[in-house]
Order: sequence, then C-alpha cells, then structure tokens
Amino acid sequence: MTNRERRNLRNGLLFILPWVAGFAAFIAYPLGASIYFSLCDYSVLKAPIYIGGANYQELATDPIFWESMGNTLFFAMLFLPLSTGLAISLALLLNTGVRGMAAYRTIFFLPSLTPMVASGILWMWMLNGEYGVVNHALNYLLRPFGVEAPTWLQSTTWAKPAIVLMSLWGVGYAVVIYLAALQDVPLQLYEAADLDGARWHSKVRHITLPLLSPAIFFNVVMGLITALQIFALPYVLTNGAGGPGRSTTFYAMYLYNCAFRYLRMGYACAMAWILFLIILGLTLVIHRASRRHVFYAGG
Amino acid sequence: MPAADAMTSHEAARQIARRRRRAWSCSLAIHGLLLCGGFLFLFPLAWMISTSLKPLDQTMRMPPQWIPDPIQWKNYLEAVRYIPFFTYARNTLVIAVLGTLGTILSSAIVAYGFARIEWKGRDKVFLVLLATMMVPFPVTMVPMYAVFRELHWIGTYRPLWVPAWFGASAFNVFLLRQFFMTIPRDLSDAACIDGCSELGIFWRVVAPLSRPALAVIALFHFLYCWNDFLGPLIYLINQDTFTLALGLQFYQSRQGGTPWNLLMAASTLVVTPIIALFFFTQRTFIQGITMSGLKG
Repeated sequence: MTNRERRNLRNGLLFILPWVAGFAAFIAYPLGASIYFSLCDYSVLKAPIYIGGANYQELATDPIFWESMGNTLFFAMLFLPLSTGLAISLALLLNTGVRGMAAYRTIFFLPSLTPMVASGILWMWMLNGEYGVVNHALNYLLRPFGVEAPTWLQSTTWAKPAIVLMSLWGVGYAVVIYLAALQDVPLQLYEAADLDGARWHSKVRHITLPLLSPAIFFNVVMGLITALQIFALPYVLTNGAGGPGRSTTFYAMYLYNCAFRYLRMGYACAMAWILFLIILGLTLVIHRASRRHVFYAGG
Repeated sequence: MPAADAMTSHEAARQIARRRRRAWSCSLAIHGLLLCGGFLFLFPLAWMISTSLKPLDQTMRMPPQWIPDPIQWKNYLEAVRYIPFFTYARNTLVIAVLGTLGTILSSAIVAYGFARIEWKGRDKVFLVLLATMMVPFPVTMVPMYAVFRELHWIGTYRPLWVPAWFGASAFNVFLLRQFFMTIPRDLSDAACIDGCSELGIFWRVVAPLSRPALAVIALFHFLYCWNDFLGPLIYLINQDTFTLALGLQFYQSRQGGTPWNLLMAASTLVVTPIIALFFFTQRTFIQGITMSGLKG
C-alpha cells in the first residue's frame, strides 16, 4: 500500500465513521438482537428467556396473525395495480404537452403531502355513513337504481377498499416520478414512429412503456414495501383496534399491538422477521419477473 | 392539370383542417379528464376547509352545504385551545429541526466518504449501506426500544432525532453520493494542490456546490418528521410532549369523532404549514422526487 492509498483509506473511514457507528447501533445490533428475541419470551420489563421456536409455532396457529396477513396481502394486491395504473395514466395525460401541466401536477401532488393522521381523519369524515359527503353523492347517483352506498368504515367488506381509496388519494408522488421519467424519453423515437404511421396506443405500448419500465419497477418495489407495512392510516381510523371485526387489523398493526399493548416483544420480533422474509421473497420474485420486461436504455 | 392541382391542394387543406380539428378535440378531452381528476383530488382538501369553518349543526345538514354560512372563524381558536396546538407544533419543530440538521451534516459527510475518496473496499461497504434500505422498521423496532429504554430515553425526544446524526437514513446518503459524484474531480484536485485537507475540500468545495441536493434531503427529512406517527407513538409518553401528528390522533380518539368542524380545523392547521412549505420550495421538491425516483 502506498502512502497515498493508506491516507485515503484512513480519510475514507473517518468520513463514513458516523454511519459505521449508526449502522452498528441502529441496524446490526438490532438485527441480531431481534433474531434472538424472536426465540425468547421477552416483555422488555424483564430479561429475555430463551424458548426456542415456540413463538414461531404459536404464530402458525394464531388466527389473528393469519387474518392480519390476509388483510395486508389483500390491501397490497388491490392497491399496487390500481395505484400503478392510475399514476401512469395521469402521468401520460400530463405528458401530452397540455397547457397548464405544472398547475395540474401541483394539484395531483398536493394530497400526497397530507400527513397520514390528517388524511385519515379527513376521510373518516368524508366516508361517514350518515353525514359523509361521499355517500351523499353516491346515493344521489345510485338510488335511482335501488342501490345503497356502502357504509365504508363500518362495514367489514368495505373497510379495506375504503383504505385503498384513501391511499390512492396520495398517488401524486408516483405521478411526479413517472412524469419525470416520461420527459426523459427522446422525442426522435416518437417522430420516427409518426413517420411510420404508428397510432397513439402502439406508441405507448412499444416506446413509452418500455422506456418507463425502470421507473415502474422501482415504484412497484417501493410501493410493495410500504404497502406491506401499512400502519398509520388504519391505526388512526380505528384507534388501533383494527375493526370492524378484524377487517382492518393489518400486519404491522397486530405486530405493534403484540409488542406495545400486550408487551409480547419476542412474539412481535418473530412476526417482524416473517415480514422481512416475505418482503425479501416478493422483491426477488418481482426482480426475476422484471428481468425480461425492464429495459435499461443505458445498457 | 390546373384543375387537378386545385383539387389536391383543396384536399390537402381539408385534411389539415380535419387533423387540426382532431387535435383540438383530443386536447379538449385531455383537459376534460384532467379537470375531473383534479377536482376529485382537490375536493377532500376543499371539504376539509369548508367543514372547518361551519357551525357544528351545519356539518350535519343534508344535503351538505358547500359554503359555510355564517363563516365561523372561532372554530380555529377553539381547536388551537383544545389540542394544545402551539405546544405540539413546538415539539414537532424541535424534533424536525434537530433531526434535519443531523441528517444534512451526517449524510453529507458520509456521502463524501463514499463518493469523493477512493479507498479499498469502499464499494463493498457501500453495498451494505444500500442493503440496509431493505430492512423494514418493525424488525429493528423492538431492540431499539429496548436500547433506548436502557438509556432512559423513552419519553424524551432523543430517540426521534439522535439517529439522524449518525447517517441513519441510507437513502439520503445514497442520494447525496450520486450528486457528489457529478461534481468535477478537477475542483478537488485544485483545492488539494492549494493545500486544502480532505475536510477542507468537503466544507469549502463540495458542500457549497451541493446546496440544491442538501436542500432536497433537508426538505424530505423535515416532512418526514412532521408526518411521522409510529415513532412518536412508540417513544413519547406524556401528553405535553406529543407531536402534532400524534396529538391530532390523540384528540380525535378521545372525542370519538363528533365535533367534525373542530377536527377539520385542527387538521387544516396541521396540513397548512406543509402546503405552504411546498409552495415556497416547489422546485426543490419536484427536483428531489425526480432525483429519488430515477437514480434508484
């Protein structure tokens, strides 16, 4: 090692030192400890007691665990395609060179800034079964057909779709990402397609979507990770109860309740590790599937 | 021949007119769709403000009244008193400002180490940093709580801002590293020849040139602190230490959700600073999202 290399190594390590300390304290140690706690009976008030795989065994037969997992997957599977489709459609509309694009973009983006708590309370009011403005409008439209609007958050069937609806309201963030990616698509490609007499939909299919695919991939993975951890919105809507019934008891909510309401920290750690594995697994699946469909222009 | 020519030019003119008509109706349709969509997206915020200014009995009137009559400003006075709004706003600001300062400083220093100095094993360590982005919060939540409990930090703001001083947000480090890499090497070399130390180059050359990127992460972290719910829910105990997000939820759950006008006034007060911030820093915002979305 030359003098210069040695100096660089020392300087480099000195610069990343804050992160190394943070990594040790806030990532590495907690990861290890949480594996160990997941094998323990641990209430945080007393020292952990090793119990082997008992937490995992109990989880396998815990109906609330399975229900919360089902709720979460239901939410993610409904929310991800809808939000991706909506965000791409809005971005395509905004990218048509329409006048006032920046103003429209701001309008779609604003709701995504609303804090979850405020947006939860606001939607609780709008979806209120008795005085809610949404049902007032829906009933006005549906009554002639003899259909009643659902009671949303009071209904075990409609509570989850209601949460999907609220989450879709915050889709503007993704719209801005897609819009930026769309504006990077070279115009010559469209001009060439125009010369060949290509129609709008074939241009979208053969030029826009392939070039957009890296952004779609990134957004789907990030969306999946956030969707599987949905917490604040259902917590606010139900004050942590996850009702009606258990219809809005999502995975992270049950995990939080196990840890901080029932003080079953070891059990919660076991749940957290299962969540981690699910996220890793699904990300891997998406990555595999994307290899054939994602097109990186830069190679 | 001249007749045929006239025919074709006439035909061409008609075609152009037809095309123009089609383009015009197309843009009309796009505006129509965007206006409808925009209305649906803005409506909840408008409804929030409208409800916040109504007397209580008017909130429950059917059909709903769009414009409050009379406009009842005193709802805001009542909301501010009921949720100790200024106390909660101060608490939120303390956490957000301390955390944001730490994030800027630590992410920039760490990113510099990854972007501007070449050392053995750097890229492998950087991969570790990227991998930490995959770790979901619930996995580290319990052990971190246990550590902070040992330190007697539960019920204080420290668990909410101290980690930011240690480059805890891998994402921000990543973002800044990408930005630092675009700064020409020659500038550092010139400073190096002038006898500037590595820290000097960071402070005098790279950091000043990176103001836009630093602004982006500052903005994002501030927003994160303002909106964060789970963190304060876990670590804060006493009511008078609550943040706005936590306080708003606490107030709502205690009310059982009846005085909707006051709840909407309180929500408006929580949302407005963020929206104001957005309008003042719109370019930074859009730039930041673009940066975060594409380089990923």
